[in-house]
Amino acid sequence: MISARGLAKRYGDRRVFTGVDLDLAAGGFLLVTGPNGSGKTTLLRVLAGLAAPSAGELQLPERHTVGYLGHSPNVYRELSALENLTLFGRLYRLPERAERIGMLLERFGLWEMRRDRVSTFSRGMQQRLGLCRVLLHEPSLLLLDEPYNALDAQGAALLDGVFDEPRTWVVATHEPQRVERRATERLAFA
Amino acid sequence: MRLPALATACTGLVGLALALIFFYAPTDADQGFSQRIFYFHVPIALTSYACFGWGAWKALRYLRTRDERADLESYVAIHQGVIFGALTLVTGSIWAKASWGVWWSWSENELVLFLVLFLFYCAYFMLRFSVDAGPARANMSAVYALFGVVLIPVSFLAIRLSQKFIHPVVFNSHGPQMTNAQFFVFCVSFAAVLTLFATLYQVELAGKRLDAHVRELRELLT
Amino acid sequence: MTYAGDVAALARKDLLLELRAKETLPSMLLFVIAALTIFHFALPRGTSHAAALGLLWAALIFTALLGLTRAFVAEREQGMFDALVLAPCDRSAIWLGKALAVLAFLVAAEVVALPAFAAFFSGVDGRTVAAVALADIGIATVGTLFGAMAVAGRARELLLPLLFLPMAIPIVAAGVGGYLWFLAGYDAIFAVLSWAAFEYVVAET
Repeated sequence: MISARGLAKRYGDRRVFTGVDLDLAAGGFLLVTGPNGSGKTTLLRVLAGLAAPSAGELQLPERHTVGYLGHSPNVYRELSALENLTLFGRLYRLPERAERIGMLLERFGLWEMRRDRVSTFSRGMQQRLGLCRVLLHEPSLLLLDEPYNALDAQGAALLDGVFDEPRTWVVATHEPQRVERRATERLAFA
Repeated sequence: MRLPALATACTGLVGLALALIFFYAPTDADQGFSQRIFYFHVPIALTSYACFGWGAWKALRYLRTRDERADLESYVAIHQGVIFGALTLVTGSIWAKASWGVWWSWSENELVLFLVLFLFYCAYFMLRFSVDAGPARANMSAVYALFGVVLIPVSFLAIRLSQKFIHPVVFNSHGPQMTNAQFFVFCVSFAAVLTLFATLYQVELAGKRLDAHVRELRELLT
Repeated sequence: MTYAGDVAALARKDLLLELRAKETLPSMLLFVIAALTIFHFALPRGTSHAAALGLLWAALIFTALLGLTRAFVAEREQGMFDALVLAPCDRSAIWLGKALAVLAFLVAAEVVALPAFAAFFSGVDGRTVAAVALADIGIATVGTLFGAMAVAGRARELLLPLLFLPMAIPIVAAGVGGYLWFLAGYDAIFAVLSWAAFEYVVAET
């Protein structure tokens, strides 16, 4: 799914990381750990195809099969949950959009508030909606940056359930206990 | 190796051009001695266009190849272009003062165009300073540099049109009425300024590359 | 026709956001009326129609700038570029959708501004209306591209006027003179260029 050799990223003279070698097979789980500012987010952005590596070789799957959820939930605050998902459903040209969206909203406990604006949501609810947004198009590679952020116990349990799905995962977190056992590959930044 | 040769050629040509301008070029019948600034002003202006054109060419190369060197080259060319552009404004202004007694004349199309270009390309530096170094910055700089070369003819046309609208006067073109002696001096002077650009371009590029190299080494040591 | 569908969905989203937030258009309207009022006091009594018309163009450009500064605020605050850039639609559709929304705001502001100008100063002829309409297209296309550049920078609100105003000089120069063919040519050239360039501005890969 992902293959990287000697991957490096720098911004001008500032090196973020160098010499990352990586092979992630389909169905694998890459756990990226490290303190704040160690380069986890940048690596995820490179692996999502959002940032270009400065050096090294990198093979990625096609863009439409990738899902990426960053620090912020990547949804429009002034649109409702339903409008957000409908917009992305259109852009991804999903067949049977309404059913899939309804199912996801139901699953993440957002169905009741589907017509409310995201700005009225708590941070945890927004994160749940962000998860709906990245799962919408059934990506085969899913990259999540600190996905447990802001989630309450129930939300975290829902996320644990998501990881049971047969996808390829890249997860960055500074508290790896919850997903440690799932990891097939590990990358620790200092 | 290339740089010293270029610098030598540049010094020789600039010296020759200065000598020709002050001692060989015939004094203009209408404008007298001050017309000699023409031999500075016009070559500098043309060189400035060449800089912007070269910068845009390198920008296009960057977008095609994503080679960081092309980004740096584009930046350096535009940097030189802005310096020559500022000199064009200054020499043009001096010429206007000598000929018409005013520092600025909106009826000089080329001067007005240089003001627009100067504003445009100064913003190029603001853009570069405000975005972190990396592919995103290089992409945006390249796009902006390409807009610049398209803006040159578009602005020129717009300025000519507005000229017609504001003061209905005929344009006097001072290209073809040069005598052979004047044309010769002009050509030498143009060659001198172009070589000056090439030299400065190489010097700045070498400096920037060295700078990047030193920082890389320092990074490796820490 | 999926391209048109993407563009329509994205433009609709922007209009919906504005309908909810009600920030950009009201600001533009208030700004343009305030600017025209200031011009009334700035201009000496008995000023020619041509002078007032020139100031109308200045007011329209600065009003457009106000709208353009806000154009990508929602995308920037929510990190939406990441989500949009990864979507399988052509990236230029993001630009076109936004440019259409900006165009709609510009036209809406001018529907108020032009009659106001006619009432405050002297009348507006058909040629001016046509010139303003053509200028809007150029402003929206170039402005949207440069707006996307400006939000990537640290100076943001400061950067956009610096980037955009030199590009607007030909628009004003030709617009005041009513050279419609020039404005149409400007629109065509820079719309194509912006359309092709947008991808490089929002995506590294």
